[in-house]
This record gives sequence, C-alpha cells and structure tokens, in this order.
Amino acid sequence: MKKLISALLLAAGSLLAATAHAAGGAGIHMDRFPVAKTKDLAALQNGARIFANHCLNCHGANLMRWNRLQDIGLSDAQIKDFLIFGDQKVGDTMKVAADAKDGKAWFGKTPPDLSVIVRARTSFDYKGTDYLYTLLRGYYRDNSVAHGWNNVAYPNIAMPHILWEQQGPREATIEQIAHTDKGYVRTTSVYDAAGNVTVKTEPLSGHAKEGIEFSFKPADPAKARKFDEDVADLVAYLAFMTDPSATARTRIGVWVLVFLVFFTALAWWMNGKFWRDVK
Amino acid sequence: MGLHKTQYTGLAGWFDARMPTVMVEYKKHLAEYYAPKNLNFWYIFGSLSIVVLAIQIITGIFLTMHYKPDARYAFESVEYIMRDVPGGWFIRYMHSTGASAFFVVVYLHMFRGLLYGSYRKPRELIWIFGCLIFLCLMGEAFFGYLLPWGQMSYWGAQVIVNLFAAIPLIGPDLSVLIRGDYVVSDATLNRFFAFHVIAIPLVLIGLVAAHILALHDVGSNNPDGIEIKDRLDANGKPLDGIPFHPYFTVHDIYGLGIFLMAFFGVLFFFPEMGGYFLEWNNFIPADPLTTPAHIAPVWYFTPYYSILRAVTTEFMWVLAIGVAAYGVLLFFAFRAPMAKYLSLGIALVVALVMLPVSPIALDPKFWGVVAMGASVMIFFGLPWLDQSPARSMRYRPGWHFWMLMAFVVVFLVLGYFGTQPPSPANQYTSQVGTILYFAFFLLMPWWSRMGEPKPVPDRVTFAAH
Repeated sequence: MKKLISALLLAAGSLLAATAHAAGGAGIHMDRFPVAKTKDLAALQNGARIFANHCLNCHGANLMRWNRLQDIGLSDAQIKDFLIFGDQKVGDTMKVAADAKDGKAWFGKTPPDLSVIVRARTSFDYKGTDYLYTLLRGYYRDNSVAHGWNNVAYPNIAMPHILWEQQGPREATIEQIAHTDKGYVRTTSVYDAAGNVTVKTEPLSGHAKEGIEFSFKPADPAKARKFDEDVADLVAYLAFMTDPSATARTRIGVWVLVFLVFFTALAWWMNGKFWRDVK
Repeated sequence: MGLHKTQYTGLAGWFDARMPTVMVEYKKHLAEYYAPKNLNFWYIFGSLSIVVLAIQIITGIFLTMHYKPDARYAFESVEYIMRDVPGGWFIRYMHSTGASAFFVVVYLHMFRGLLYGSYRKPRELIWIFGCLIFLCLMGEAFFGYLLPWGQMSYWGAQVIVNLFAAIPLIGPDLSVLIRGDYVVSDATLNRFFAFHVIAIPLVLIGLVAAHILALHDVGSNNPDGIEIKDRLDANGKPLDGIPFHPYFTVHDIYGLGIFLMAFFGVLFFFPEMGGYFLEWNNFIPADPLTTPAHIAPVWYFTPYYSILRAVTTEFMWVLAIGVAAYGVLLFFAFRAPMAKYLSLGIALVVALVMLPVSPIALDPKFWGVVAMGASVMIFFGLPWLDQSPARSMRYRPGWHFWMLMAFVVVFLVLGYFGTQPPSPANQYTSQVGTILYFAFFLLMPWWSRMGEPKPVPDRVTFAAH
C-alpha cells in the first residue's frame, strides 16, 4: 500500500512537471479584481446601480430577474423606484433598452447578454472578474479606431468607453516585446489623451521575455481612483449575477460538510464495531 | 393452492409465503454472499459507482421536469433551473459534478482491476460487462453534454459527429443520420436528449445488473488474487469469506461518507472545478456561426482525444510500420500455421492501407478515429492479453507494477495534453504517448510472462482490526 501511494505521488509529480512546462501563454497580465467586494453589500448595490444606468442600455441580462436583487439587500420598492426604467415589472428579467438590431447596426455586432458574462470570460489563464476589471479600466484614446477608443485587454473592441467621463482623460503607454526576424524588439506606443500615437522601436540584445506591458497616466488621479472603485463594484455585481446562488451555496455547504464529518465518524465507529469479530 | 412454507413469522412470514424470491435473493446477494475479508480501499469504487448512478438518475428526473430540449430555449432553461427553480442549482450541480464523479470512480474501479488482475479467468464476463458499461457511460456523457447548448456543447458535438464522416463509403451519410441534419441543430438536440434520458440509461441499468449478477456467481477477486472458494469450511463456506451484509455494507457506508465529503466539497465550493467539470466556454450560448478558437472535450475524454489528434500523415508511417512489425511478431508467436499466416497477412494488408504513399491508403483522419476507438476497445482484450502466472500485482515481479504505473502516467499525460490547444510540443508528446499506450496492451502477452513471480500464499493476507 505504501509503495502504491508513493507510486501515485510520483505519477502526480511527473504530471505536474509536464503541465508546468506547457503552461504560461502569451498575452497581457490581468489586474487583480479586489475579491472582498463580492461580500460587500454597499459595493454590490452600487454595482447594480451602475449596471442598470449604463450597461443595460445596450446589453441585456435576460437570465436575471430584477427581484433577485433582494439577495443583495434591495427591496422590491427600491428596485422599482431606483433601478427599473420603463414599464418592466420586478418579476421580469433584465431586458435591454435598445433593440438587438440597432446594437448590431451601431457596433457591428450585437452586444452580448451579460447574465453569465463573468463565467463565460473565465479561462485557464485568468478569472472572468480579473478580465472584466482590466477591460473596463483598460480603455485609451486611439484615433485609428472609428469610435476613437481602443482597449489593452481587448484590442479593437467594438464597445466604446461608455464611462469615460467618470474616468477622465488618460495617457496610455503600451510596451510590447516580440520576437521578429531581427531578434527581440521592444515597441513602445504612447497614446496621448487626444488619441495621437508616438511609436518608438528598439532592438533588444539577447533573449527577452515576450509579452505586453501597459501603464496609464490619468490627468486627474483622484478621479481615476474613484473610477477604479466604481468598476470594482460593477464587476462585483456582475460576479453576483453570474451565479446568484453562490452565497447560499457556500453557506449551506459548510453545514453539509459538518454533517458529513459526524456521519463519517459514526460510520467509522460502526465499521470498527462490526469488524472486531473478523479474525 | 398451498402457500410456500416459510421460516419467518409475522409480516415477513406473510410476505415470504407469497413471494419467496425476495428472501432468496437477499441471501444470495447480501446476507450470504461471501466476499473475501481482505478487500481493501480499492474495492470501494464499485459500490460508489452505483451511488453515483443513483444520483445521476434521480437528479436527472428532476432536471427533465424543467429542461427544454429545444435549441431556442435549452441554454436559457438550464440557467432557469439554476436561478428560478427552488433548489434547482443544487440539482443541476449534483448532476454536473456527478458526471465527472462517475468517471473518477469508474477509472479508479478499472485501475483496481488492473492492479489485482480482477479480469482474469473466471471473471472475463464481469470485465466485458464492465467495459460495455464504460462504453455506455461515454455515450451517456457525450449525448448529455450537448443538452446545455453552450458553445462547447455545440462544437464538441460537431467535432465528434464529424469524425464519423471519416469512415469510408458510409461516413458522410452516417454523420447526417446521427445529427438528423447537415449541421448540429435542434433535430440533433432532440435525438441526443432521447438517447440521454431513456435509451442509454435503460441499457446501462441492464448492464449493471449483468455485471453484478456475473460477479456474484463467481465471487469477488481480492488483493491477493487467490480464489477463496478453493478453501471451504465444514459448512461449505469459504474460510476467508465473510457475508457481504453487514461487514461490507458498513465498510461501504464509511467509504461513502468520505466520498460524499469530496463530492459535496466540490459541489458547494468549486462547482466548475476550475473549468474542468463545467467548461467556461459553455457559459456562452451555442452559436453555429462562431467557431471557438479552441475546442476541448471534458477531461474524462481527453486521453482518447489526444490519441485522435496524434494521428497525422507523418505519424501514419509509424503506425503502418508498427502494425507490420506486430504482424511479424504474431507470425513467430503463433504455432498453428493458420494463425501464423492469417495474422501476418491481415497485419500487412492493414499496414498497406495505412501507408500514406500506398495507392489504397485511407485518410489519416479515418485512422485517427480508428486509433481513438481502439484505445477504448482494447480494454476488452485484457483478460487474454494478460498472461502472467500470478493474478495480483502483489505476487508479480516488481517491475510489472511499475509498468502499470508508467501506463497510468501516460494516460494522465495524454489526458492533460488533450485539454490543451494544439501545438508541436503537444503533438509530439501525444504521439509518443499513443505509442506507449498501445505498446502497454499489445506487448502484454510477452512482458506479462517475463520475470519471476513471487510465491502466492494459500490463504489471504489479513490483519484483524
């Protein structure tokens, strides 16, 4: 048995070595979403407000009922008075204000439904919350794009920067190290607040790590910090909406496991009692 | 009409007089079914797979009450179950976690068979029924995976059904017959639903019954791989056997407790299991116009998927030479002239159809499907491939055990690379893995006979609790 356990550990170890070798793809490094926000009711409510006021104009959340917002501490009256525009009922799902056809005409593609967006955007490389937190704070002015906005997390994104007034103007620096036929090259693109780009290319000697780094210089840092907070609240709300039962699930789960510990201890004791006569 | 003479009194007596079958079967399968007393940890997974089967059937019934097998509503109805049906998320996560748990316990159950030679004579039929159960389980998982109608459901089904199109002559028509359409569509969803909820479960339950009945006829193997029925006491009961009930029922309840802790630990805290139990891309509704960049099956299919992807035009050379060499090996191995020439002839013809430069070569895609199918079907052959004098790894030469562990590593590595996007490193690893995978089985008649087995004891090794 001991030999077997050590053999299994060895097998697991060699598998881990194989996976470590294969992991580590290219692309940008996502910012960390402040996870504590998902347990903060005030943040979730603020996120719901931003969602209803801004996102719902073009995106729907067709799988999410308004009255499910009771789970984040809102009453039916509050939902109706402060969040719902138009004639939707609290028992309805969050329908989009704009027509899907209009969306397609305006943006080139129908804005996706956001009900399960956090799960849909998760991958083996990053969490959906980190991705959305980076995406919504990753816009920069770029005159080469028709609607004037580009994004570090989603290059040539169809969605313009809806909340730009809340964030204020920023200067973006994107530094890309890539392997070309002339060896490793670092390309630094600086986009000023008006969207004009200055590109600088320099060859690197020897081996370098490929990837993209980015940084922003906001005109009003305090305003940009407040915006980061709001985006974190919004992403917390999106995370809640993607799996509204999560809170209840983990709460019940603890009790189920506590019960199972007692059950298993009892079963172990009973097993010992019976097996005592087996010689 | 006289009643059956019963030894029981009261209600049990009334019942037994009218239906004696119940007590007879209860004794045969539980109270007087003698199992070896040295069964260890590895023997828990058989009963656990029955538990998981029950979980899947019961949760499946409740899911069917709310799920809509219609391409327009399928995705929405699954989320409706998760959000609006009271307790629906619990039922759905039970079913999705149960699907993966089923494969976990079945793989461990099969590993036990390889470890202690449980498939050896006289248990070949149990093993064959088990392999058929495994095939059904794969079918059940494949059909069920389309039902949530997400991107991975849709494109996974598309990829797998397209494989059938690679079969010469009948392929294209066959794939249309399976789909009921030229692409995966509402028609496909409806027929897969029918297969998933009624056709396969019926067959599955029948096979499980056959598996258990066959087991109870010959009795369980044990970690020592010796027959307890060879040594009986004065009453004709095996000396090393103890009644299944209560001894192994209490054992199994204890094991069930530990299993449920793991099962509910996943269900309540990591229901997606990092994207392995519920794939992230499957939260995007199926879109026939947008092919995902990377289509990966769920983890339990990935070893075979790697083997499928390993077969390229260049790799056909390796396969063709391998098949021809195996034919030569069989030629020298067999004594009877008929078997000698037949095996060599078949191998050479197959090699000729495999060789990319030959005029009658078939598409490598077809051979990929054959290799994938063979990698699953080869398990059926184990009772005859394994020629070791000792049944259990305990009494086989030490390096046999390490051969088995090497196979496990190959299986896991193939599984891991099956989840990853294609790349040259991935392809090379999968090809080496494919060769090792088949070598383990096909060369078993030779390597399992080699080495010095250790002396097998007369009685099972057992230390009292």
